[in-house]
Amino acid sequence: MNSQKTALLNYCIALGDDSLTLGHRLSEWCRNGPFLEEDLALTNVALDFIGRARLFYSYAGEVEGQGRGEDDFAYLRDCREYRNFLINELPNGDFAFTMARQLMVDAYDMGFFTQLMQSSDPTLAAIAAKSIKESRYHLRRSKDWVIRLGDGTEESHQRTQDAFNQLWGYAAEMFEMADDEQQLFEAGIAVNRSALEADWAATVHAVLKAATLEIPDSNWAIGGGRDGQHTEHLGFLLAELQFLQRSYPGQQW
Amino acid sequence: MNQQTLPLFEIFIRSKRGLDHRHVGSLHAEDPAQALDYARDVYLRRSEGVSIWVVRSSDITASQESDVESFCEPMDDKPYRHATHFKLPKEVDNM
Repeated sequence: MNSQKTALLNYCIALGDDSLTLGHRLSEWCRNGPFLEEDLALTNVALDFIGRARLFYSYAGEVEGQGRGEDDFAYLRDCREYRNFLINELPNGDFAFTMARQLMVDAYDMGFFTQLMQSSDPTLAAIAAKSIKESRYHLRRSKDWVIRLGDGTEESHQRTQDAFNQLWGYAAEMFEMADDEQQLFEAGIAVNRSALEADWAATVHAVLKAATLEIPDSNWAIGGGRDGQHTEHLGFLLAELQFLQRSYPGQQW
Repeated sequence: MNQQTLPLFEIFIRSKRGLDHRHVGSLHAEDPAQALDYARDVYLRRSEGVSIWVVRSSDITASQESDVESFCEPMDDKPYRHATHFKLPKEVDNM
């Protein structure tokens, strides 16, 4: 495989991993939502992310050409082979934490997929065109919830502020380009993520302001997801996600 | 959030352009904007429509069961109020 093809494979896997880990986290809200309507809405969003993961993994399999399919990428790789941003694998916390993370990711996704629609790779551009419609709706929801919670009761305000304080440093790696990704960007395939930060910050800051929340200090940052270095939480996530395929290899339904 | 404190909304969906909005059910939400979002998640999961109306259930004034006699039954003996009561000239063909 030439280096550009390898880079494209890694790119698809990383994007699939972002979607799968967050989709899995959101699916954990199923039947635990604060009320029926929100439960349905959250699991709809979870399904959007899992659907995205399937598209990226299928395409990764196609690019690789070794017969691996979406299930192989999802179920048969260990932590160090996962390339998702750390923010996606963090446990859900309380509802405020889940929606604060969602705002940060949805705002990022809007910028990212808008650019990816311009990719010279038609499959990536098509996945982006589908995803942007979903993300527009996701962002509408997460904005709405952050404002409701932040500008809500004293307790909901405090919980939401705590959530952003805990999450803030995880944003940095969303805007750091990997070396092989830079190569793909120069070839017109990948998005220059470092150029997305200004718009992202403008969107998120505006929502925080409307929600009467403080913008947290940017005095810490944690990353490593794209290099396969994860928090301790990913192992537990994968243990649950992969249990069935690991115990009963090839099982289908 | 306690669901009992959330107001109820009635949801109306238009399945196709040119058709009427039809009542499909109800749901709880904080306000009309949120009700609209939830209606999308609860009632439009399978591309059931192109437009949604939400109406606060408390804004609906409904006739009562006890009104049925005075509201509805007097119409029964006035068949001329139905278009089908009148014979159409043959030339009209289908109407």
